[in-house]
Amino acid sequence: MTTVYRKSAGLQDRELHYCPGCSHGIVHKLVAECMEELGLIDTAILVCPVGCSVFAGNYFACDCIEAIHGRAPAVATAVKRTHPDQLVVTYQGDGDLASIGAAEIVHAAMRGEKFTTVFINNAIYGMTGGQMAPTTLLGQRATTAPHGRIKELHGSPIRMAELLSTMDGLAYAERVCVADIPHLNKAKKAIKKAFEVQLSGAGFSFVEVLSACPTNWGMTPLEANKWLLENMAAYYPLGVIKEVPEA
Amino acid sequence: MEKELWKGNEAVAEAAIRAGCKCFFGYPITPQNEIPEYMSAHLPEAGGVFVQSESELAAINMVYGAAASGVRAMTSSSSPGISLKQEGISAMSSGELPGVVVNMMRGGPGLGTIQPSQCDYFQATRGGGNGDYRTIVLAPCDIQEAVDMTQEAFDLADIYRMPVMILGDGMIGQMMEPIVWHDIPKRELPPKDWCAGGRKGRDHSNFVTSLRIDAQDCEDFNRHLEAKYKTIAEKETRWAEKDAEGCEILIAAYGTPSRIALSAAEELEAKGIKAGLFRPQTVWPFPSKRLAELAAQDSVKAILVVEMSLGQMLEDVQLAVQGIKPVRFYGRVGGMVPSVEEIAEEAEKILQEVQ
Amino acid sequence: MKKQITIAGFGGQGVMSIGKSLVEAAVNEGLHATWVPSYGPEMRGGTANCEVVLSEEPVGSPVFTYPTELIAMNRPSLHKFEDKVKPGGIIFVNSSIIGDKVQRTDVKAVYVPCDTIADELGNKKVSNMVMLGAYIAATGALKEETIRQMLVHMFTGPKAKLVDLNMKALERGAACIG
Repeated sequence: MTTVYRKSAGLQDRELHYCPGCSHGIVHKLVAECMEELGLIDTAILVCPVGCSVFAGNYFACDCIEAIHGRAPAVATAVKRTHPDQLVVTYQGDGDLASIGAAEIVHAAMRGEKFTTVFINNAIYGMTGGQMAPTTLLGQRATTAPHGRIKELHGSPIRMAELLSTMDGLAYAERVCVADIPHLNKAKKAIKKAFEVQLSGAGFSFVEVLSACPTNWGMTPLEANKWLLENMAAYYPLGVIKEVPEA
Repeated sequence: MEKELWKGNEAVAEAAIRAGCKCFFGYPITPQNEIPEYMSAHLPEAGGVFVQSESELAAINMVYGAAASGVRAMTSSSSPGISLKQEGISAMSSGELPGVVVNMMRGGPGLGTIQPSQCDYFQATRGGGNGDYRTIVLAPCDIQEAVDMTQEAFDLADIYRMPVMILGDGMIGQMMEPIVWHDIPKRELPPKDWCAGGRKGRDHSNFVTSLRIDAQDCEDFNRHLEAKYKTIAEKETRWAEKDAEGCEILIAAYGTPSRIALSAAEELEAKGIKAGLFRPQTVWPFPSKRLAELAAQDSVKAILVVEMSLGQMLEDVQLAVQGIKPVRFYGRVGGMVPSVEEIAEEAEKILQEVQ
Repeated sequence: MKKQITIAGFGGQGVMSIGKSLVEAAVNEGLHATWVPSYGPEMRGGTANCEVVLSEEPVGSPVFTYPTELIAMNRPSLHKFEDKVKPGGIIFVNSSIIGDKVQRTDVKAVYVPCDTIADELGNKKVSNMVMLGAYIAATGALKEETIRQMLVHMFTGPKAKLVDLNMKALERGAACIG
């Protein structure tokens, strides 16, 4: 019998709680596979956020720390500074990273902290029930923007990869998406690259993953993936945003 | 052992390094700036990590991160900054993470003043952040005690897996006096087999979290904390007293006002009034039992609580004394410090009133 | 022996270091001592003061309402604290810049031209050491030798040449005490 697929050793044997069509499960898998392929499960420390992935520590096979809302980069700063030879990763959503934790992520990037952030941008607050995020697109409806996001009222969505790329401490930033297999493969490459940049000591590395939230977008999973490519990827350009020569 | 002259804030920082503190995270605020300044110069020399954080929120969460990965860590601030840190202190209590937090209190509310105060007693002793939790709160009255308590705080934090606060004030931080570096008795520390510092061969992963989404799980955890706090109250409650047995008036004070009250008690003695001093060294857990015993003495006519607040420890004293004796209060606030004369006059006045 | 000393002047006059020197010397002589500074923005220019307690017994209150001695390095300090000094106490006046006389008759007044002497020694910065010399000579609270040893300890390497200058300042201050 030949094995055609197996779950990554980077994940525990647990059923995920995520909704059908949610991108979290896919990104968990990619992160776990990258850790496994680099042989880092035994030493990696993952810092989890508040948001739908608040339980990520129940799924990953490496040691995990649950941070308070938005503070994962502060937590990871201390973990990496005290464990400089180990892989340290924060996994954060858009409310966590781009709203309540904006100061923490900006300053971690400014200091060039040598950890990696995987940023799940699905343009909505998931766990609390579909409220507007700083990354919600113009016109997109949310439970706290019932008429859609309005530029004059809410401002335009924030592009975190570009914003953080203005920091000298950031060594590598790429925006990817997980709407289909080709994009998913690119996403995995980006995550692995970010881990390698971290291990090289070049600086802070950042992967923004455009993700789907069918439940709060009010779509089927297939519709959500289509919307992701047509609308999200149109506002948030995919590709490498910044790469320093040392990376 | 030789006496050395130290400034309070610097002595506290040095004490932490001697206690094996490996990380310090802080944000500038008067009157505690000498702590991060000293740490920035000397902690890296001792092989530790210093980060000036972007905010007090970040600082306490860095302490959370270091503690979660098994490393001894500390932060310090003064009143407004300590308010910001409450989020992290609550999370550390829930994640059962050890850490040391220094509060060199200044007058409030709001930005208030940079002068010394004790206006954060409620915040320090009642948890301070969200949730039904406590932190061990050590209240030094001078630099020697601040140094000794800082060194002990790291062990207490590790033993009980919780944040420990050093509750000082601007005067303790800013003043200088001679101290002796004692060898603090080492306590037996439990292994940090719970920490998330990388598996490194462990057959399972560790997950440090403050979330217990299931209500029954969360209640069970709160009951666990309750039991832990009961043990701490039994084993770690500390106080000091002077001439408290057989006194007519018992002055209760902690921190800077307690040493001023000591001088006031001496003045009263000189006038033939038997004044005793009761000085909590832990304000949580509060030494209620001993205070009740002292209050119950036939000789005691009244208890005078002195604070640099509008009356916060006063409530703990009232709870301990249970109305069996009159409890009176004298406080100065907003950065003002009570004088020896004020305390002595107040004590005399109270004795006349209760007779 | 118990001294409660208020030392006050402009920021930059070395007011804080008079206090620190007293406390350090006291500790070297095995006495108990405390130093409490005024702190905050006023340290960068306005008035600065510190409270020092020297005692054979452990120090209770490090702050006090009534000093046994006042060292006034500038005019506002003399006016602010003159009334507080304990009867029988001493007020030290930096007479180079304070033209006023002490009004009270129940305290002793000592006039020391600190800045004038410091100028004569060629370094304005040692005016505070002149005052320290006067204080020690007038009160006998500490031994001159302790201060000398402290200076030797304080100024080492390229700064060692400052020991002599400071010693001269102390001696000139002491000489003002009749």
